[in-house]
Amino acid sequence: MTNPAQRAAGLDIGSRTTKVAVVEDGKLVFCRVVDTGTDPLGRARELLSSLALSPQPPVPVTATGYGRHLAREKLGFPVITEIKAHALGASRLFPECRTVIDIGGQDSKAIRVENGRQVNFEMNDRCAAGTGRFLEVMAMTLGYTLSEFGPEALKAAESATINSMCTVFSESEVVSLIAGGKSKQSIALGLHESIVNRLLALVGRVGVEPAVVLSGGVALNPCIRALLERRLGVRLLVPEHPQVVGALGAALSAGNGARP
Amino acid sequence: MAEHNQLLAELGLDVALHGQLSEATERSFQRTIGSQENRPKAMAYFDGVLHGAHGGRIAELVAARKAGRKVVGTFCVYVPEEVVMAVDAIPIALCGGSAFTVPFAEKTFPRDICPLVKSTLGMAFSKTCPYGPILDMMVGETTCDVKKKTWEILADPTFHVMEVPQKKEAIDVELWRKAVREFKDKVEEIVGRKVEPQRLAAATGVMNAKRRALQRLTELRKASPPPISGLDALAVMQGAFNDEPVRYTEHVNILNAELEQRVAARVSPFAKGAKRVMISGCPSVMGNWKVHYLVESSGAAIVADETCTGSRYFENLVDETACDLDGQLTALADRYLEVNCSCFTPNMERLDAVKKMATDFAVDGVVQYVLQYCHTYNVEAMRVEGALKEIGKPSLKIVTDYSEEDTGQLRTRIEAFIEQLA
Repeated sequence: MTNPAQRAAGLDIGSRTTKVAVVEDGKLVFCRVVDTGTDPLGRARELLSSLALSPQPPVPVTATGYGRHLAREKLGFPVITEIKAHALGASRLFPECRTVIDIGGQDSKAIRVENGRQVNFEMNDRCAAGTGRFLEVMAMTLGYTLSEFGPEALKAAESATINSMCTVFSESEVVSLIAGGKSKQSIALGLHESIVNRLLALVGRVGVEPAVVLSGGVALNPCIRALLERRLGVRLLVPEHPQVVGALGAALSAGNGARP
Repeated sequence: MAEHNQLLAELGLDVALHGQLSEATERSFQRTIGSQENRPKAMAYFDGVLHGAHGGRIAELVAARKAGRKVVGTFCVYVPEEVVMAVDAIPIALCGGSAFTVPFAEKTFPRDICPLVKSTLGMAFSKTCPYGPILDMMVGETTCDVKKKTWEILADPTFHVMEVPQKKEAIDVELWRKAVREFKDKVEEIVGRKVEPQRLAAATGVMNAKRRALQRLTELRKASPPPISGLDALAVMQGAFNDEPVRYTEHVNILNAELEQRVAARVSPFAKGAKRVMISGCPSVMGNWKVHYLVESSGAAIVADETCTGSRYFENLVDETACDLDGQLTALADRYLEVNCSCFTPNMERLDAVKKMATDFAVDGVVQYVLQYCHTYNVEAMRVEGALKEIGKPSLKIVTDYSEEDTGQLRTRIEAFIEQLA
């Protein structure tokens, strides 16, 4: 409340990456993404201290993401779920937003939003099929870096069908396809289609209402974006920094920037 | 529990493995029920019931058998306990709620089967169920396909299967009334004693008193703030299937008296403004505190349970006006057939009951709890969601088993649902 510059920070400890976002008067002024690794708390502390986030008066921080409860326990931060955080963040960046599709490291979510608040959501239950981790493992299997995976898939002339949704089974399927002489690019496209099919089922359960915002690290993949747009028949709004939408939402919540 | 190891060994149990089961259950108990603050003092008794289920209660039952009484194992709230009690036998529900014994069932039993059946079977297969060796009779029923086929595996001359119909038309009522009479005949045959009208009336009186006590407990949860947590109310309910009924009812009434004082003094285990949540769907039997714990440790208050370990067990009393055996058995059958399990079709009564409960308890939202592979509750959840939407109540469907592997994702979904209610 006594925060003259109205600065606030959001910390999003995800399964693969940890993100921090700083807002000033509700505007994103700083963000950073690092790998979570095996010491999420250590990474979070480093990130926060590098920002010199505790001048007078201290800047409020809200945590979200998989590690949010760790942050609450060890750092004393209030927490919100990544679902609320993405709804808040996406609505701030795109006030016309009605649907958020967030594809994170180990889970995907479809969130219906009204007036900046979630009214319904769907999330994958337990396995990481259809998430960023799936793409990461498959890129590795095909010998691509994560950043070349999407662009290479887009170059494919045809698509190899991937039947399995399971990361482990898909990996063996990919190995058979390689052995069967399919091109790497066509297998890559097939894998992207497989993940999009999975996402569509999730999104279909909450219903798509434009405008649709795509957030999370997987939004950086141009093939996923293109396939989703084609299958949904809508143009996707992709933030400049899709990975920090959750951290932004948490920062907005910390600064009471969120609508009550 | 180690004090009863001698007894467990005499019953032929794998005592070392049973020790591991007890430790796993105790860890789970401490993490969930045991971690709560500001509990009613009277809960100490019900904690004791949970802890004694594989100890003191076994000793009691062994002693009762030595004195000539019989023990009858059941698996469902459709089995009329009154009939068992009328021949001075002791009904005990045998459903398993522990994740620990699931792998022992999965060695031979299909994996894609509900955790309740797997946990129960696993306990039998691994020689960690102290009830198996002291049962004189078991009663199954036809409420789901898996149970029907499981009974075939367990079948022996003392295993009786009651046919629960799938609809509630005149022909089904007829069938069920016959099934209750056939059950009575079988109980009489195995126990070696006739069901006398007077004794059946007395047993019905005991069960109705138990139901009234639980109904009163339920009413008290309507208070705002609620005087008792949903986890504690669940612990009380879980004891209902195991404890001696008269003693149990006495202690539920003691708890109720304390809760009345707490309501008057506005004492509650919950923070001010905690969202009121109702659980609807599958049972959480002894050892299974997973979803109740996740919901309440996420800041919401569970104020009502539309489940077999909730209202389905104690709603509706048996009409006690009939004084002849035939009339009594009909009244008994009719009370049990009013229970709304998802195994019935079209089951409109359940939709109405869910709507009424959600309204009466002023809940902010409903968590539909579906045990993995329980198809009828899973599919019916769509219609329950629709019915709740009609009265403006949001709901969240959770499909899960007894394992802890999905708690991270479940917690996120449950917390987000509670945020949504704000």
